[in-house]
Amino acid sequence: MSYMGGTYDVIVVGAGHAGCEAALASARMGAETLMVTINLDMVAFMPCNPSIGGPAKGHVVREIDALGGEMGRNIDKTFIQMRMLNTGKGPAVHALRAQADKFLYQHTMKEMLEKEDKLTLRQGMVDEIIVEDGVCVGIVTQTGAEYRAKAVVLTTGTYLRGKIIMGELTYESGPNNQQPSVKLAQNLRELGFDLVRFKTGTPPRVHKDTIDFSKTEIQPGDEHPKFFSYETKSSDNEQLPCWLTYTSIDTHQIINDNLHRAPMFSGIIEGTGPRYCPSIEDKIVRFADKPKHQIFLEPEGKDTKEYYVQGLSTSMPEDVQIKMLRSIPGLEKVEMMRNGYAIEYDAMVPTQLWPSLETKKLPGLFTAGQINGTSGYEEAAAQGIMAGINAARKVQNKEMVVLDRSQGYIGVLIDDLVTKGTNEPYRLLTSRAEYRLLLRHDNADLRLTEIGHDIGLISEERYAKFVLKKQLVEQEIERLRQAKVKPVEINPMLEAAGSAPIVDGSNLLTILRRPEVTFAMVDAFSPSPYDLDEDMREQVEIQIKYAGYIEKQLGHVEKLQKMEKKRIPEDIVYDGINGLAMEARQKLNKIRPISIGQASRIAGVTPADISILLVYLEHYNRVTAAKG
Amino acid sequence: MKEVNESMFSDTIAAISTAVGEGGIAIIRVSGPDAVQEVERIFNSKNKLTQVASHTVHYGHIVDPETRENLEEVLVTVMRAPRSFTTEDVVEISAHGGVISVKRVMDLLLQLNIRLAEPGEFTKRAFLNGRIDLSQAEGVIDLIRSKSDRAFSVALKQVEGSLSRKINELRHILVETLAHIEVNIDYPEHDVESLTSAFIREKSKLVMDEIDKLLKTAQEGKILREGITTAIVGRPNVGKSSLLNTLAQDNRAIVTDIPGTTRDVIEEFVTINNIPLKLLDTAGIRETMDVVEQIGVERSKHAVSEADLILLVLNASEPLHQDELELMEQIRGRQCIVIMNKMDLPSQLDLDILHRYYPDELIVPMSVKAEEGIDRLEEAISNLFFSGQIEGGDLTYVSNVRHIALLKKSKQSLQDAYDAAEQFIPIDMIQIDVRLAWEQLSEILGEAVGDSLIDQIFSQFCLGK
Repeated sequence: MSYMGGTYDVIVVGAGHAGCEAALASARMGAETLMVTINLDMVAFMPCNPSIGGPAKGHVVREIDALGGEMGRNIDKTFIQMRMLNTGKGPAVHALRAQADKFLYQHTMKEMLEKEDKLTLRQGMVDEIIVEDGVCVGIVTQTGAEYRAKAVVLTTGTYLRGKIIMGELTYESGPNNQQPSVKLAQNLRELGFDLVRFKTGTPPRVHKDTIDFSKTEIQPGDEHPKFFSYETKSSDNEQLPCWLTYTSIDTHQIINDNLHRAPMFSGIIEGTGPRYCPSIEDKIVRFADKPKHQIFLEPEGKDTKEYYVQGLSTSMPEDVQIKMLRSIPGLEKVEMMRNGYAIEYDAMVPTQLWPSLETKKLPGLFTAGQINGTSGYEEAAAQGIMAGINAARKVQNKEMVVLDRSQGYIGVLIDDLVTKGTNEPYRLLTSRAEYRLLLRHDNADLRLTEIGHDIGLISEERYAKFVLKKQLVEQEIERLRQAKVKPVEINPMLEAAGSAPIVDGSNLLTILRRPEVTFAMVDAFSPSPYDLDEDMREQVEIQIKYAGYIEKQLGHVEKLQKMEKKRIPEDIVYDGINGLAMEARQKLNKIRPISIGQASRIAGVTPADISILLVYLEHYNRVTAAKG
Repeated sequence: MKEVNESMFSDTIAAISTAVGEGGIAIIRVSGPDAVQEVERIFNSKNKLTQVASHTVHYGHIVDPETRENLEEVLVTVMRAPRSFTTEDVVEISAHGGVISVKRVMDLLLQLNIRLAEPGEFTKRAFLNGRIDLSQAEGVIDLIRSKSDRAFSVALKQVEGSLSRKINELRHILVETLAHIEVNIDYPEHDVESLTSAFIREKSKLVMDEIDKLLKTAQEGKILREGITTAIVGRPNVGKSSLLNTLAQDNRAIVTDIPGTTRDVIEEFVTINNIPLKLLDTAGIRETMDVVEQIGVERSKHAVSEADLILLVLNASEPLHQDELELMEQIRGRQCIVIMNKMDLPSQLDLDILHRYYPDELIVPMSVKAEEGIDRLEEAISNLFFSGQIEGGDLTYVSNVRHIALLKKSKQSLQDAYDAAEQFIPIDMIQIDVRLAWEQLSEILGEAVGDSLIDQIFSQFCLGK
């Protein structure tokens, strides 16, 4: 028997990294929001590595923060190590990476959810989507509760028909032995959605007191940590180091001797695993000539003895896992606390989504996170916030918010998913972005705060600070442009910097473009009259130093945006356009791009097809305009 | 909205807008926001183009901007936006119509901030900028489609064989280097050796040198290769090879052999009334053997798909064969001259059927054996050509110009990468130029780079959690 559980604006199914951002965004935008999850103790759980950030992923966390999301603030409160990576490279690829206290991370996030006004938390297993007149109007739980809403966001992670695999052993399960969601997967199939089977995995966890750290290399955090959120200004979190060791010849031997028991090779695993995070057995088979692989030992929190063994993701049988661990220098006597495993799950074919993350088939139903074929907490959270924003806006009859590829990694991620789809769990890489130099770690706020403010997720106070920062940076750049210098004045400084002296007069902006000259030197020579904090100084320096490259990319972006702005009407009939090649017609019918820009990125749609589409649209628009 | 008065296109394009021949005048049309200022960079005249009035014609020379040497005597017409065919700034350069001179001018233009127009692009711009009437939309679409399909088959033909092998080699060097850079960036803690700027300089230099070699061979006498591709098709034993030999005998041109290309059809280069033709005999000698007939048919189809002009040879002493009807159906709408060979024998052909497909002036009675009717054929070819109906000839030719321009651009990108590496610019910025060079090489082969870099990263390096 079912009963009426309640009516909301938005329902979020799942409370992982996607679910948390979706629910918070929706509630903060004023939508009455219900969050339903199988186990409330698993809110914001990190089933794999206890870390957040890194190249591209760290950029995404900053973007989430600039849009008013929670992940950045939460990790800033709960990190146990912070490192800026790639500092030897250009500013665009500097990347912040944090080790999290995974338990504290969960508790802090749960607290945030619980105190959110318009957000209701409810433990429950969702079995079914309610559809009326072809529109999604709610959900039904295992216990018979029926909840109604104008928009539903599914963030089911790896729970859909989840199956854990380890050696010869397989059983139905979500991550970390949670209950899997079986009926909902079935329900989605019945509703006509295409699902695929993906696979991922996690390494074993070991007891700290049984590690011989003397045989490993210490990897400390940064002495002066930076933060993910633009709001975090300082922290007194104590930092813990990670430790580096390597697999040995023995490890490889043990794996090779037991390959017949590896589900990857015995045929038990049917799901497609990601190339970028293969299991150790996969690595040893595919890169047989590599003598050793890195293993990082990472603490899972400050109040636990559990250590995560990064680099040893495996689905080998438990006894082999123990042998493998003990063949690694520093782990000879190690006690394994939890075994590694592979997990298979159902995911949606993401080309079934609009760029707003709403499903094309079922208006009102949104999906975000691993259910869309991605992997990674950050990728999940990014989709979560966008789905939450768009679900709330749908309820409020507002236009969908879609970021383009030049606005953020979030735009790249979602565009890739909905335009190209994915054959394996999708991970963001900086190399997926065409405009890497524009999508910097340092300027996520400049790119997205305006949007965050417009949609109501950035407070007026924070917005005012942002506007001030923008102004001061512009003013300082202008000041340096105007600051004329004579050779006699500046040459001593240039000489000290090991830079060639100037012969004619110049200005400080030109001087700062030189690779050997830093902002600090220029500022010492001619102190800024403005009250610039560290962020602003960094911004001035980057914008001046790399202006040449940045302008080149901006030129490309201008072209891109023209094409993105050419909207394709939703009711377009591709079969009625003479001249489109057959392949293009099929692809366009399937993806139904919202703009010419998106259409041009579909594999199989040629420039000629795009030209034809442009001509057709012009015709269509003129006819429509003529009709008034 | 800003777009109402402004063209939606921000780049400037160029193309040859007349057929390429050895006589007469050839016009190169340039359209886009930078048209006037860019052409000015290579135009030497009393008047500065950026300062002249709209719709005026100017005498002068095209000069090499590096050597300041006068290359071609030309007339240049300036038509400013919006009073032009595309509603953009348009410059038309009229040069003596020889293949070499047009090619030189195009070569220079494409090294400026100008790219080669896509098939039908001028018309497309004219339409999208509101210059062409709505009723013609369908026609514009047809034009783009047919021209693109033809350009595509021509482009494929152009990069067969050794050139594409070489370019693939160079692409591979670049994509390996790129993958290495990307791993350094995306997996900073991974135990992959860091790429040094010395390594990037070395690889850039290597590829630049190879591009130089390619450019040298490209400049050396490939001109005649760029004639109007003319396919001689027909059933076995109708006299195709004899026709080819007869035409070649009388008109044989200086044939430039291009080493490394393999041909599965017989090619002859001839000039008829100063029009360069590349004749393809599609089935060749071996067709007398029954087994090979099938292959002959396949080749015919292939040759037909890439030809600018088709010479369909029929045996007048036999009724039309089913194969011939099918062939006529297949090539309907293409530029074609029908040759009724063996007119010295009693005629069995049903002319009514032929007339359903072709007007009288395109049906030429001949006897190749008796050397009768050759004049009429030559006349028919020149008529088609000078009336501008054969326009494909410049496609083959232009796609060659396009390759050269892309090779030069790719080389320039590598030079930028090299220079940046010398100045210790961060690796992720140098990557931008290396990647551009890689994309430009890929464009020659008409291949989108897509996810191939990411595929390369994961096959080259062992990454994981």
